[in-house]
Amino acid sequence: MTLYSEKVMEHFRNPHNVGKIEEADGVGEVGNPVCGDIMKIYIKVKDGIIDDCKFETFGCGAAIATSSMVTEMVKGKTIEEALKITNQAVAEALGGLPPIKMHCSNLAADGLLKAIEDYQQKTGKIKKESKKKKERK
Amino acid sequence: MQRIYLDHAATTATDPMVVKEMEIYFSQKYGNPNSIHSFGQETRQAIEEARKKVAHLIGAEPSEIIFTSGGTEADNHAIKGVAWANQKKGKHIITSQIEHHAVLHSCRFLEKQGFKVTYLPVDKYGLIDPEELEKTINDQTILITIMHANNEIGTIEPIKEISEIARRRGIYFHIDAVQTVGHIPIKVKELGVDMLSMSGHKFYGPKGVGALYLKKGVKIFPLIDGGGQEKNRRASTENVPGIIGMGKAAELAEERLKQGEEDRIAIMRDKLIKGISERVENVHLNGHPTKRLPGNVNFCFEFVEGESILLNLDMEGIAASSGSACTSGSLEPSYVLLAIGLPHEIAHGSLRLSLGKENTEDEVDYVLEVLPQIIKKLRELSPFKGNWKGLESR
Repeated sequence: MTLYSEKVMEHFRNPHNVGKIEEADGVGEVGNPVCGDIMKIYIKVKDGIIDDCKFETFGCGAAIATSSMVTEMVKGKTIEEALKITNQAVAEALGGLPPIKMHCSNLAADGLLKAIEDYQQKTGKIKKESKKKKERK
Repeated sequence: MQRIYLDHAATTATDPMVVKEMEIYFSQKYGNPNSIHSFGQETRQAIEEARKKVAHLIGAEPSEIIFTSGGTEADNHAIKGVAWANQKKGKHIITSQIEHHAVLHSCRFLEKQGFKVTYLPVDKYGLIDPEELEKTINDQTILITIMHANNEIGTIEPIKEISEIARRRGIYFHIDAVQTVGHIPIKVKELGVDMLSMSGHKFYGPKGVGALYLKKGVKIFPLIDGGGQEKNRRASTENVPGIIGMGKAAELAEERLKQGEEDRIAIMRDKLIKGISERVENVHLNGHPTKRLPGNVNFCFEFVEGESILLNLDMEGIAASSGSACTSGSLEPSYVLLAIGLPHEIAHGSLRLSLGKENTEDEVDYVLEVLPQIIKKLRELSPFKGNWKGLESR
């Protein structure tokens, strides 16, 4: 099947960091079961660095691969660095996605952003401008 | 790795005997069947033989068969041709919500031209209620077009009951039998239909050829104008190799049906249905349990998405299909699954396995071994798992 790149299929076959983080510092959920894609991203933060990141995803091959990829990309990054990860960057790291998937299933970075916001709200460090900065496209 | 093809409702392998029959009609017997010379006459004769075989398969007269480019053209021809030829009588057409796009989009086109179309709902099995259908008939109704069996969920519609109504009310009745011709016994006179569409590649014939059964006396316009081919009903030089191939495929299908092929396939279907229901929790069989195509299996697996199932099956060598948004090419899941009342999130998790003549019991066993593991793996990824309201609680 040539629908997806080899990198996408690698992550789809063996997704990294699957599951829940019990007592996560931040949880972000994006998508909608009606559209056929929903992602939940969990983060654990230690000294301003994302120490652990896991995901649970209901969705197509692209949804699962982007979720897996974003958890890999973000681990070990500072919050500031993590906020710079975009959906586009995730797709690029996967060697690209079919055009139709760019809009419907490429949401993993949005999920991560929501998880970080959740963490910031919980710890009282919410930064309104960072949210604005991330409203991209 | 062994490869298992379970997508026969999409297309079938052209039977090698069909290919063999077609071969000489490319470079050896290439005459235009409309030519007077011997080159033309030998292909003319071959086409008429093929027409007899196709007619025989469905119990029609050879003169009632028009060859087309496929099932889609046959549907377009029947619907638009009857609508245009009979619009002085009325401009109302009755169809259903679960028809193939070839029918639905032909109807939508006619709506733009001022025709009125009723799209009948179906019940949870995908069945049309003939009584409800009769209630929508008015003095403007000129055509009823209903599929014989649904391509996604396999439900076989009550065609005889509908044809009795159509005959009693003096309305033309067309059926899209693309999924049934060659797979279950069909006699057009018993079914009582005026028109029937079929497609060669759905029953081991070549792609690019189909036919429309047109009962003698039906008032219809051609869809394609040009030369006088097909007795002025369908212009264009005949697709000779395709028609020969479809004729051979019809002959072979009739032999298989005589030998009870559909029962052998239905046994595998029922084994799959039973096996999946027993091995996987939170599944829902789509379509009618018994009024069903012999080769159709269609399930929704809660908490998982269809494309992910397909990709995993493909990695195990199994080819199947789904009605999820990702595979429908839009953001919406299959309109057929929505029409039988499934919520979006569950419709996204559909899987269709369509069996054919090459499939074996061993292959069925392999699917039953592999599929539950795939669903389990995907559910481990899913945020829903057990906390999704099941269909039963609705």
